[in-house]
Amino acid sequence: MADLTAALARRFAEKLAAAGLTDPGAAVAACLDDRLAFSRPSPHEEFLAGLVDRLGVGCVLLAPPAQPHRIILEFLAGREAPAIRPRDCETRTFFHDIPVIAEPTVEAAAAALSRRKGAYLPGVGILAHGALSPEQAFVTVSSVAFAGFVKFFADFLAASRAGTVDAAYAAAFADACRTLPPPPTVVPPLARGPFSDHETMLAAMAEAGRATVELGLVDSVFGNISYNLDGVLAISQTGAALDELPGAMDLVPLDGSSCAGLTASSELAAHAALAALDGRQAILHGHPRFAVIMSMDCEDLASCPQRERCHVDCARERYAGETPIVPGEVGCGPRGLVHTMPPALAAGGGRPGVIVCGHGVFTMGGQDFGEALAALCAIETSCRARYFAALGIPTETS
Amino acid sequence: MTPPMEHAPSHILFCDLSAGACRREPLDPGLARQAPGGRALAAVFLAARPRAAWDAPEAAVVLAPGALAGFDLPGGSFAVLAGTNPHAGGIVSVAVPGGLGRALARLGLAAVVVVGRAEAPMAVFLDADGARLMPLGPAAGQGTAAVLAAVPAHDGALAAGPAALAGSPLAGLWADGLHPVGPGGVALPLAAKNCFAVAARAMAAPAPADPAALAGAKAAMERLIAAAPALAGPCGFGHYGTAALLDLTAGRRMLPTRHFRETAFEAAGRLSAPGLFARLSPRAAGCPGCPTPCRHVAADGGVLPDGDAWSHLTALLGLADPELAVAAYAVCRQAGLFAPGAAVVLAGRAEAAGRELVPDALLPALADLVAEGAELAPPAMAVKGAALPAFDPRGAYGLALSLAVGPSGPDAWGGLCLAHELLRKPVATDRFSFAGKARAVYLGENAAAAAASLGGCPLYGLAVGLEEWALALSAARGEGVSAAALAGLGARAVFVERAINARAGLRAADDDLPARFFAEPGSSGEGIAVPPLPREDFLAARAAYYRLRGLDPDGRPTVEAAAEAAALESPWPI
Ligand SMILES: [Zn+2]
Ligand SMILES: [Zn+2]
Repeated sequence: MADLTAALARRFAEKLAAAGLTDPGAAVAACLDDRLAFSRPSPHEEFLAGLVDRLGVGCVLLAPPAQPHRIILEFLAGREAPAIRPRDCETRTFFHDIPVIAEPTVEAAAAALSRRKGAYLPGVGILAHGALSPEQAFVTVSSVAFAGFVKFFADFLAASRAGTVDAAYAAAFADACRTLPPPPTVVPPLARGPFSDHETMLAAMAEAGRATVELGLVDSVFGNISYNLDGVLAISQTGAALDELPGAMDLVPLDGSSCAGLTASSELAAHAALAALDGRQAILHGHPRFAVIMSMDCEDLASCPQRERCHVDCARERYAGETPIVPGEVGCGPRGLVHTMPPALAAGGGRPGVIVCGHGVFTMGGQDFGEALAALCAIETSCRARYFAALGIPTETS
Repeated sequence: MTPPMEHAPSHILFCDLSAGACRREPLDPGLARQAPGGRALAAVFLAARPRAAWDAPEAAVVLAPGALAGFDLPGGSFAVLAGTNPHAGGIVSVAVPGGLGRALARLGLAAVVVVGRAEAPMAVFLDADGARLMPLGPAAGQGTAAVLAAVPAHDGALAAGPAALAGSPLAGLWADGLHPVGPGGVALPLAAKNCFAVAARAMAAPAPADPAALAGAKAAMERLIAAAPALAGPCGFGHYGTAALLDLTAGRRMLPTRHFRETAFEAAGRLSAPGLFARLSPRAAGCPGCPTPCRHVAADGGVLPDGDAWSHLTALLGLADPELAVAAYAVCRQAGLFAPGAAVVLAGRAEAAGRELVPDALLPALADLVAEGAELAPPAMAVKGAALPAFDPRGAYGLALSLAVGPSGPDAWGGLCLAHELLRKPVATDRFSFAGKARAVYLGENAAAAAASLGGCPLYGLAVGLEEWALALSAARGEGVSAAALAGLGARAVFVERAINARAGLRAADDDLPARFFAEPGSSGEGIAVPPLPREDFLAARAAYYRLRGLDPDGRPTVEAAAEAAALESPWPI
């Protein structure tokens, strides 16, 4: 049993590195079954054991973030303590805020983690706990890194427009830019449609999901994907990792004749609405970072009466280049993106993609995922270029 | 007649039906901090009373609204009804949906405690003028609708009917005429006092300490609910109620079929909720302010079955007639019979007789169950005397453990295992493994008990966590409460319930599932193998659960754990 627990701990420590969230070998996972097991020996063992005990949970992850997340989170923690307030929609929905732990003691860390799923300990890393499984903690680490990234770059642009960038922010920004991974350029070839049987279709979805994660256009714990085959929508399940889709997709009849979609993605309603409005068969949803950042960039931000509520209430018709930006929250509430995104994406005979403000991008492809992935990549690349152009930086490296 | 009630702070209303009098006492603030309301408060109350048979006049029945039930939080209007379990002794503590919890909380009441025994069937009615005991005349024998009609206009009501009058171990309650409250037998402790209804008319909402923070907590809850596919999604409970789950249990081959002999039903395709809804076009109804109302009312006023009733009135009986199931549910509702329990009894009789129930025999058989009254033997496929819900335990091992150890009997939502084993929230776990499930059940029970102490809907445990409840409680009270502190509150509530059970003589043998699940496989197929539950692994998981809970190997509180919890003893003399 102890060996199994240690293996589980190692698996999640390695998963953090594979996702680029930590450097290889940097993370420590502490998992409890009958006994506590660590993914590797670490000077933080006693600290983590104390946390597992105090919190009464099954797992604690310590993730020293890889660059640029380390620079970003250290900066935000210094500036925003006692808590980093995320700006993106998804993190705000599921995490409220990210506490900054004031000192490296079990007491201080336990106090933060007794309120939230994850927290940041300056100089050490992201701490996250999972009551049920390390998977929960992994989702939290990924979300903290994403939320920090989006906030850091979005706030910098807003400060730059307002002329309030100070020397420390400028220095951190320059450091972060130096460690940014290059923008995705080459989109790999994907299976060509139309797909006429379940097996081929599900395999194509799994391939497209993997490619989307590998290109950095979504963190594995977010995003969703679907394909409309003769009125049955194959769609990723809620909480499914886009790079581990086999066995995690539901087949949902679009005529509503069954409840097979009970475990489907929380955006099932939006996918179904799109399928009704638009004949294209493939739908892809990712969270490319600069598209999310640019969706929150608004020239009227200082004067807009809705400025804290852009993601639900923005009344302006906005675009990032040719790509429309719409408001809307996750899921099916009265302010859900189900009401705003599908008509925008289907408009004018079908657009390549739509950005949901502060959240992510939806794209479509006629018969397969090639076009959808290319559009997702193109939107991100152009938003990234626009971002640096808006700062007056012609190329990122300068 | 008692003097008018103050709005806040909260009070306890003691109703002695023998004396025909009610009195009101302020809630001890120390206790309010440790057991702020709902399930936690009810448990502490019952623990403080001497042990009594469920039908003894001195036995108490406690109706406690959640501590936040007066505020308009989504799915946050629930109360808890708790008394002595008439089957097993020990405690039975169940969620009461609808408007009653909110109304009681808005009357400034933290709990209504009913003792004694009236001469004839009565209702307890509460409003701003105080509490009144009202004779019901023959209404209790006529049906739950007649009982509801006999009480004055109200915002929430709990009613029993003919099954409770007859002393049936299948007698359930109905909240607002809309929500079934089970398990079978839950109505008996009240009926033994000749109390067949509790109804209340509310006043205005209480004022939170920090209105802006409470609005923020409410918005956070609403966002999470909207993002939960099983609640707000196109196939979710907000559209089809929990009957939506039948397609899922069928697809996962854990649909209890023919008295749990099989776990897949060949006619399940005819039982998809959307088909029934398309024919009946029901309107949605639910708890006050619920964003995903899960009850549905047909044009003729009939309420459509919830998931457990829908599944057990069809597949468990080997029947595939949706309209017949709706008619059977109507019979149960009128009689105050808990429908899933009644179906389990009938399915057991069919198995014993060696022949399936024919469709035409269902409605008469239900009427016969009511007539059998107290003579009726409780169902065999049960834990602590209460019938198993519509999820075969062989299809989800954490759920199996939680059904076995639930202090009040098998509650599918009690350990939150449906969330991760079937509905992938907050993450998916391996449903055919006991690994990590003892802790999952322990933590899930703590979270569920904490939410039930604040007024939370059990189904909303899928979306709303203790983080959000902590935000709400902090805002209402103006003092910081953490999610971990709420988990501790939930843990203490479950522990006190276990202590009540232990005092009544319940042991590990009472925390077990019927032998069939360990001896016989389910219906494997479509790439899903459904072996019998592995007995050794189950026992090891139960032992691990006991250790986490501070219980000895026989399921009783250890001396150390009991000493830790002793500070909670209620200071109340009744
Ligand atoms: Zn998204
Ligand atoms: Zn705006």
